[in-house]
Amino acid sequence: MQYDLVISRLVKEFGTFRAVDDVSFEVPKGSFFSILGPSGCGKTTLLRMIAGFEEQTSGRIEISGQDMRGVTPNRRPVNLVFQHLALFPMMNVAENIAFGLRRRKVPAAEIRRRTEEMLERVGLPGYGAKRIHQLSGGQKQRVAIARCLVLDPKLLLLDEPLGALDLKLREQMKVELKKLQAKVGTTFIYITHDQSEALVMSDTVAVMNRGRFEQVGSPQELYMDPQTPFVAGFVGDNNRWEGTVEEVEGETVLIRTDEALVFRARRKADAHKGPATLFLRPEAMVIDPVGTDGLNTFPAVVKAILFDGANSRLLTVTPSGHELLAALPQNRAFDHIRPGAEITLGWHPHSGIVFARREERP
Amino acid sequence: MNRSGLFWLFLTPVLLWLFLLIVLPHVDLFILSFRTDEGWSLENYANFFTEPIYWLTFVRTAVYSIITTLLTLVVSLPVAFYITKLSRPRVRGFLMILLLLPFWVSELVRVYGWMILLRESGVLNYLFLQLGLLERPVEMLYNDATMIMGLVYTSMLFMVVPLVSVMESLDDSLVEAAYDLGASKICIWRTIIIPHCKPGITSGAIVVFMLVLGNYLTPNLMGGKNSLWFTEQIYNQFIASFNWNQGAAFGFLLLALSSCIVWVGLKLTGQKLGEVAS
Repeated sequence: MQYDLVISRLVKEFGTFRAVDDVSFEVPKGSFFSILGPSGCGKTTLLRMIAGFEEQTSGRIEISGQDMRGVTPNRRPVNLVFQHLALFPMMNVAENIAFGLRRRKVPAAEIRRRTEEMLERVGLPGYGAKRIHQLSGGQKQRVAIARCLVLDPKLLLLDEPLGALDLKLREQMKVELKKLQAKVGTTFIYITHDQSEALVMSDTVAVMNRGRFEQVGSPQELYMDPQTPFVAGFVGDNNRWEGTVEEVEGETVLIRTDEALVFRARRKADAHKGPATLFLRPEAMVIDPVGTDGLNTFPAVVKAILFDGANSRLLTVTPSGHELLAALPQNRAFDHIRPGAEITLGWHPHSGIVFARREERP
Repeated sequence: MNRSGLFWLFLTPVLLWLFLLIVLPHVDLFILSFRTDEGWSLENYANFFTEPIYWLTFVRTAVYSIITTLLTLVVSLPVAFYITKLSRPRVRGFLMILLLLPFWVSELVRVYGWMILLRESGVLNYLFLQLGLLERPVEMLYNDATMIMGLVYTSMLFMVVPLVSVMESLDDSLVEAAYDLGASKICIWRTIIIPHCKPGITSGAIVVFMLVLGNYLTPNLMGGKNSLWFTEQIYNQFIASFNWNQGAAFGFLLLALSSCIVWVGLKLTGQKLGEVAS
């Protein structure tokens, strides 16, 4: 497989603080790669090193097989879409898009042709003469991407460009970005703290925490099969129990939670007898299951109904006061449930996963 | 008292000031400039055009003022950029104080300071002689270069301050975006930073130009007899020749000149005075 970006053992230190801590990964040509992590996890620093605005402390960045050490941002075959887009307010839309081509001394006629072509491609034909402040948020977004794509970069880096948009537009832009990437075939590297953006758009997602990659995989893998407690807690909603593993039987464990409920659940590699954490997705819970064979069950009281269309949840609480979210399918079978109702929740041992509890790294 | 009464109460001192100290004397000078001992005449203005020394000094002053303004701009841009973008916030205040500090001393003292440094028996000459760089002392004062340096030094603050305020509003990511899109450093200055700073550059340039054109002290002391400034011609007419009519005419010519050059400058850069002032 051909890789557009190969990063090996990359480290960036600011004084004594390690912002990026020994990160290695590669991005195949033409794929949509996301780096997902909470703010302050080092993802922006990583992106700025790829773009060339920061120099790595150690390690290697290779773009299309070429080492990028000492290459300034204006000479790297990558372009960055900034968080706040950074469109040039002193120029109109066409001049913004033509900026990079002008710097490359492309003939004027070709600049005009390629600018118009690009505007058409992002769905803004005839917008060339508009000023930046006349555009809506979504249009600015598209101009910012067009300004980079017109240069045919090997990599397009995107630094949370959807963050400033309102929710409705963000949903729409997610789909649009994904379609655009499929159309132009450029490798996209997208960083975000919004897991839904990463899951919806990406071919591959890397989850980053405290300067390290916790897990790299397809969105499905991250969601279904998290390798670390951080990924389990960060990607998607998850219920969490602290407890103790009492028995290990191959791939399943018997765990007793701190409130003395006993469950069977799937075991993760490092789980052994002793303190452990159990994660369970809200949609894994079945409300008032008919047959309880092989299911873990426990009683709970409905505290509130969090109605959100297809994504509705029940906020329930166990007898000892532990709050849990359970998916509430909107198929009218549960219309009778009211706050205060006593219900039974059941789940299959395969859907809960148990990690050995580790002391959090400082 | 109602609002409009209060408004006039506060405005009156300003209007009185403007009328009594600015408008009235100018009207009087304007009348004087069209009079000679024999009565009404255009002779004062005609003298200016027939006597080469007058209009040559006039042109010289205009050209050197423009050069000084441009030089001040060239020196101030990197200074303002360093203060706003490169220095740490705590250092920034300190640097601004450093810039302001010389202006707590009167211009006269500052110019004499330069003279102590530069004159034939001055500090620099002494140093160069001791170091063996020079064999005999050189007179560094009383030439155009020294005078222009003095003028740039005196007026730099008035360029840096508006530039700093306008550069503070420049988003760093614009500079980075241009760099990322392939622009060299010079290109970033030309296409991003300077266009962004245009209002600050214009207001700074107008202030500096006016100050330099009307400066009397620095050209007189540092330029000496070799570098005549038009303000010296005006002074000579009023004080030395006691020809107030001629002096008044020169004064109005200088006023016309400065207004004219500022107008041309605004036209060339496509700006309006109202926009710059706000």
